[in-house]
Order: sequence, then structure tokens, then C-alpha cells
Amino acid sequence: MKRAECISMLYPELDDKLVVTIMGACAQELYDLGHKENFFYLQHAMGLASSIGLGLALHLPHETIVVLDGDGSVLMNLGTLATLARYRPRNLVHVIFDNGSLLSTGGFDSHTTSGITDLAAIARGAGIQNVAAVDSIVTFGEAAIDAFARKDLSVIVAKVAAVGPNHYGMDLQLPENAFRFKRWITHRKELAREAT
Amino acid sequence: MSVSYENSKAVFQGIKDAGITSLSALPETWLGLLLQQAERDPGVRLIQVAKEEEAIGVAAGAYFAGERHVLLMQNHGFLAAMNGIVSLAMLYSIPLCMLIALRGHWGEPYPWHTRGGIVTEGVLRALNIPFEYARSPKDVGRQIREAYTLSQSSLSPVALLLTRDLMEDAL
Repeated sequence: MKRAECISMLYPELDDKLVVTIMGACAQELYDLGHKENFFYLQHAMGLASSIGLGLALHLPHETIVVLDGDGSVLMNLGTLATLARYRPRNLVHVIFDNGSLLSTGGFDSHTTSGITDLAAIARGAGIQNVAAVDSIVTFGEAAIDAFARKDLSVIVAKVAAVGPNHYGMDLQLPENAFRFKRWITHRKELAREAT
Repeated sequence: MSVSYENSKAVFQGIKDAGITSLSALPETWLGLLLQQAERDPGVRLIQVAKEEEAIGVAAGAYFAGERHVLLMQNHGFLAAMNGIVSLAMLYSIPLCMLIALRGHWGEPYPWHTRGGIVTEGVLRALNIPFEYARSPKDVGRQIREAYTLSQSSLSPVALLLTRDLMEDAL
């Protein structure tokens, strides 16, 4: 299974959700499907995508937050899984693409490569109740449907091949991404206020 | 030496008066009494992190959500949060209002705090992060408000250093 296939499968569901991705291949594969104002690409600061997701989820209880993370990034901030478990935001789906590789920085093996480190077990051990470990596009799709329907903190660890796009680049400056992402949220809040 | 209850109250009141509704923190001794007040206050959401760098992400999420957020940490936690400050907050022009307990500085009896205390100001200067020292309970409220205002207008990290004079009871 390729990460790009999983992201393509999620893509139609992301119109009304706040999406935070990690750097590199993951960000590029989502961007290449078509950028939306509700996508934020964290092109550095590895490990913090899920922390941004937590900050969004706790302060925006009526939105659904999707974090597209990776094994290398999660390994840089394992404490985040315990923090997520502690606060258990009901509106956060944390997808960890585990390609066992630091692909975007040269393809070195990560700690998960040979099955020594099991990120799903770490997530469970951190206290997260809903953790799915999947390795096919069908089981990924089922796990995603369950996660969105569940209305509870969910982690999906998806084993994917260590392959990425053959090009990198976005027509989007980094602060511009932040400004537009924030503006989209502000606009959504205004719409929600008008509706009530 | 004990943490000043009255001055911890003054700092928390300053946070409240600045209209702050959300805090991220990693508890440490000087921040303990004020975090206890935050825990009891239904008007403030307190998010404890496992390591201070996480709080940079949480603060970014709070900012995107339109929430008035302040970060509380020890200076060693500030040092541990460095890449998040540089490569999330600064890179994306996301404001951070950091209240930092300045351990290991003037009057520090504990050797283990001293290296961090000695380098904190230099690191802030190297990163071009505006900072002030908070020494008095009568000024700290204004300083918090002004730190928050500057962080928002400059879209930049800003630090208020909580000193021993403020956080510990005088002998």
C-alpha cells in the first residue's frame, strides 16, 4: 500500500475538516491532489503536527481535525501520544503513515523498519483507546470510516511503502499557508454564528 | 526559600486581566501555585504537555482557533522547545506569548539550574525574541498584557522572564 493511495482515498472527505500534515512527501501528495484552504502543511518542526492538531481540537470542538503524520515525526515526539490520551479530544483523527523510513531526508531506516518498534502498541500503551493498525487499502478505508464515525480520539497506524512523489514544491509561501488556514477557521466560526 | 503565594496570584490575575482563556504548561516549582489556580478556574483551559516543544504546537493550534493563549514553562523547557519556536512559530509567523520561569540566575543556590540560567538571555537575543524581566507583582500584570499585545502585532515569539524576585518569598 502506498501513502498516496491512502491520501487519495481520504481526500473527498477532507472538504470540511481541518487537516495538518507533516513535511515532505506527505504534504506534497496531499497538495498535488488540490490544495484547500483548510490544509496546513507543517514543512518543518518534525513531531509537532499532532500537537497542532491537539490545540485545534480542544479549542474547536465542533470541527473535525485530521493529522497526517509519519513514523519519523512521531518518533521525534512520542510524548504527544500520552498528551493526546490525557486530553482525549473527541474530534481528532491521527493518521500515522509508517513507511519505516526517513524518506524525505534520504531514505534512512527509521526505528520501525524491521518491526522492532510498534507504533500502534506505543499509542495503546500511551492510553489511546481507539488504535487501528492496517496494511492494506481496504483495511485503511475501513479504519478511516470507523474513525470519522466514532466521534472519539482515533489513531490509525498505516504501514505503507517507502515511496514518495518525484517532485517537490508548492505555489504557497509558508506564512501564507498559516494566514489562509487561520482565515478559513475564522470564516467557519462566523458562518456557524450566523446560523445560530 | 518558598514560592510566593501572593505573587503567584498576581501573575495569574495578570493572565486573567489580559483576557487569556487558554494556557499550555509544563509544571515546575515556581509555576506550581499559579497552575493550581489555573486548574481551579473554569474560565481558563489548562493543557499540560509532556515536553515543552509540544506546547509550541498546541499554541499554534490555539492561535489558529482564535483563542487567547499563553505558554508557561521553565527556561530549560524554553531551551528544549527551540526547534518548534524557530521552525514552527518563526517560520510561519505564528505569535507566542511565553512566560518563562528564569531559574539558575541571580541568587541561584542549585548548581543544576545554573547553565540554563546563564545562557537564557543570550539565546533570546540570538533569536531576536523580545523579552523583559518581571520583578515586581505590581508591574507583572501590565507586562503580561504588553507581551501578549506585542506577540500578536509582530506575529512573533515574545518572552516575559519571571525572576526570583517575583516568584520566591523574600527571606
